[in-house]
Amino acid sequence: MLENEANPTLSKSTGLPRKRFYRARAHSNPLSDSHFPIPISPHHVDYFLHYPQFFPSSDQTDGSKKIQFADIGCGFGGLLISLATLFPETLMIGMELRDKVTEYVKERILALRTANPGQYQNVSVVRTNSMKYIPNYFEKGQLSKMFFLFPDPHFKEKNHRRRVISRFLLDEYAYVLQVGGIIYTITDVEELGEWMKTCLQDHPMFEALTSEELEVDPVVKLLSSATEEGQKVARNGGQTFQAVYRRIAPSL
Amino acid sequence: MEDAPTELGDSNKDTEVAPALIAVHPSQDSVATAVGSDLRVFDFRQNCAVSLKDDSSEGSLHRDSIRAVRYGAHGKLLVSAGDDKLVKVWSTLSWRCITTVCSEKRVSAVAISDDGSYVCFADKFGVVWIVDLDTPDGQVVEFSPDGKYILSADRDFKIRVTVFPKNPLDGAHEIQSFCLGHTEFVSCIAFLCTPEYPQGFLVSGSGDSTVRMWDIISGSLLDTCEVGEKAGLLGSNGREAECYSAVTDLCTSSDGSLVAVAVQRQVPENFLLHPFFPCQVVPIRGGTFIPTSLQMCSSTGLLWMITGVSNLRGSEYPSLARVRVISGLKKSNSDSNEREPNVMDDNDIPGGAKLLEKLQGSLSYSEEVFLAAAEAVKTAMSNLLIKKQYSSEKREFRKRTRNDKKIKH
Repeated sequence: MLENEANPTLSKSTGLPRKRFYRARAHSNPLSDSHFPIPISPHHVDYFLHYPQFFPSSDQTDGSKKIQFADIGCGFGGLLISLATLFPETLMIGMELRDKVTEYVKERILALRTANPGQYQNVSVVRTNSMKYIPNYFEKGQLSKMFFLFPDPHFKEKNHRRRVISRFLLDEYAYVLQVGGIIYTITDVEELGEWMKTCLQDHPMFEALTSEELEVDPVVKLLSSATEEGQKVARNGGQTFQAVYRRIAPSL
Repeated sequence: MEDAPTELGDSNKDTEVAPALIAVHPSQDSVATAVGSDLRVFDFRQNCAVSLKDDSSEGSLHRDSIRAVRYGAHGKLLVSAGDDKLVKVWSTLSWRCITTVCSEKRVSAVAISDDGSYVCFADKFGVVWIVDLDTPDGQVVEFSPDGKYILSADRDFKIRVTVFPKNPLDGAHEIQSFCLGHTEFVSCIAFLCTPEYPQGFLVSGSGDSTVRMWDIISGSLLDTCEVGEKAGLLGSNGREAECYSAVTDLCTSSDGSLVAVAVQRQVPENFLLHPFFPCQVVPIRGGTFIPTSLQMCSSTGLLWMITGVSNLRGSEYPSLARVRVISGLKKSNSDSNEREPNVMDDNDIPGGAKLLEKLQGSLSYSEEVFLAAAEAVKTAMSNLLIKKQYSSEKREFRKRTRNDKKIKH
C-alpha cells in the first residue's frame, strides 16, 4: 500500500494501473519504420522475461513450452486477462504497437500477478508491429489461436494496406498458425467486417467455423464481452461483426 | 549524426542515383549492362553491340532507372525492369521486346522461372507479381517462381520462402519458412548447388556485412561468414569497427564451389571481392573499383563485375560505368582447391575494346569520378534500405508538417 501511495498511477483500492495515466493516441502508423528491439528469430524471444514462473531461469528455456495464443493489437488487454484464467496452462501474449498502451497492460499484468498469487503467470505483452514481425516471434505452426479484435478500420481506400487483416498478411498468419488453429476477428464497423470476412473466405488456407462450433467455443463469447472496445460498443448499443475461421492444410 | 544525408535524400528524390547492373548470358553468348535508363547489350556470337528493338505499342525503351536485369536459366530471355514501372521481356535471339508489362509500382527485382514460362517481379511494398508468358497479352497476377519455391528478401532482415503454387495465377499463399538471422537489410540472395546437394543452399548478403548460408526447407541458418571482417584484415586501418561494410551483391559458381561477394568499404581501394570457401580476398588493382553488381558465367567461369551510377549530380558524366572481369576462378584440376584469381587486363576481356565501349559508354574515365560514384551509391543504398533515424525535434517537425492533418479554421 505504501508503494501505491508513492505511485499515483496505480489505483489505491485495487492496486491496478489507472487508465487515465496511460492516455495514448488512438492510431499508430503500422507502415513506419520501427525502432524498438525485435528478436532476431523465435529462438531469441525471452520466455524467462515474459513468464518467470514457467521459466525459472533463462537457461531453462528448453523450448518445451511455447506461446500458443496471440492477441494482435491487444489494446488495454481485456481479452488476455479473461483468457489467462480460462486457459491457465496456456502461454499467451498480447502484441500492441502503441508503447503507452503496452506499458499499461504490462503494469496491469504485474499488478494482477501480485494481487492473485499463482494466477496470470501465463500472460504477457510485447510492444511490436505484428504486421512486420510476426515471424520473428513465432515458429511455423506454433500458434493455436490468434485474435484480431476491433482493429483500426482504415476507411480510406488509400489506407486499406494498413489494415491488419489483408490477403497478403493472412499468408503469414497461416504460417504461424497450426493446422486446426483458429483466427478470431470482430469489429463494430460493418465495412471492415465484410472486408475481413471476404479476405478469410477467399484464402485457400482458412475455412469458416460452423454455427454449432461457434456455439460451443467458450472464447467466442469473450470476443464482444471481454475487451474494452467490445464493452464500449455494447454500452452504446452498437452492432458487432464476427468472422471466425480455422486454418486448414491447403488442397493440392 | 546521420540526419543530414537522410534529410537530403528525403526531400529531394532527384538526387537518387541508380547503381549500374550487369547480367551475363549463361553460356556467355552476350552480356547486358544497365546504367540508368540505358540497357546495353553486347553479343559475342556476332561480336558486336546490339541495338534493342521494341515494336510494341509502348514503342520505347525504359524511361527511368533500371533496377533489375536478368537472363533466364537457359538464356533465351532477358528481362529488365525499373523505376518506370515497366517490365520488359526480351528475346536473346532477335533482341526484340516480346512483352512489356506495366506494374502499379516501381519494380525492385525480377526473376525468370527455370522453364521460362513465368516472369516475376517485386515492388517496394513487398508484393511479388507473376506474369504468365504463355498467355498472349501478358496478364499480371500476384506472386511468382523458382522451381518449387519463391524466395524474397527485405529490408526488415527477413528472407521468405514461399511455396510455388500449382496454379500461380491464384496467388501463392503457403509459406515454407522464414530465414531469420541477419541484423540489417538483406541486399542479395543466390542459390549454391553442389553435386552432393542438388536442391541447393541459399546464400544471402546483407547490410550487416555478413554472408549467411541457409537451408530453405527449415529456414535454419547453416553458416555465417563475416566478410566485412575478413576484408578488413587486408585494409587493417582500424576504422572498420564503427561502420558496417554492406554486402552489395554476390553470385555463385555453377559447380557450387565458389561464392563471390562484393563488399562496400570506406577507404579507397576498398571494394573487394572474395570467394567464400575458403575465404580469400581478391584485391582489385588499377584504381578504385567498387562493384555495384557481379555475375559469374557458368560456362567460362569468368566473373563479370560492373561499377557505376546514373543521375550523378555535379559530375561531368551524368552516368558512368566500368566493367572488369576476373579470370582464373575455375579450378585448374579437381584435386586441388588452388585458385589464381586474376583481374583481367582490358584488352584481354572477351570482346575487347568494342565491348567496353558499348557497355561502359566510353573507354576510360578518371579515377575521381568513381570515388564520387561509390559514395553516391552508398548514400543511395542507405537511404533506400536503412531505417531512418530522426531526432525528437525532427520527429516533431515532421509531425507538424504532415499533409494529412486537418487544418482547424
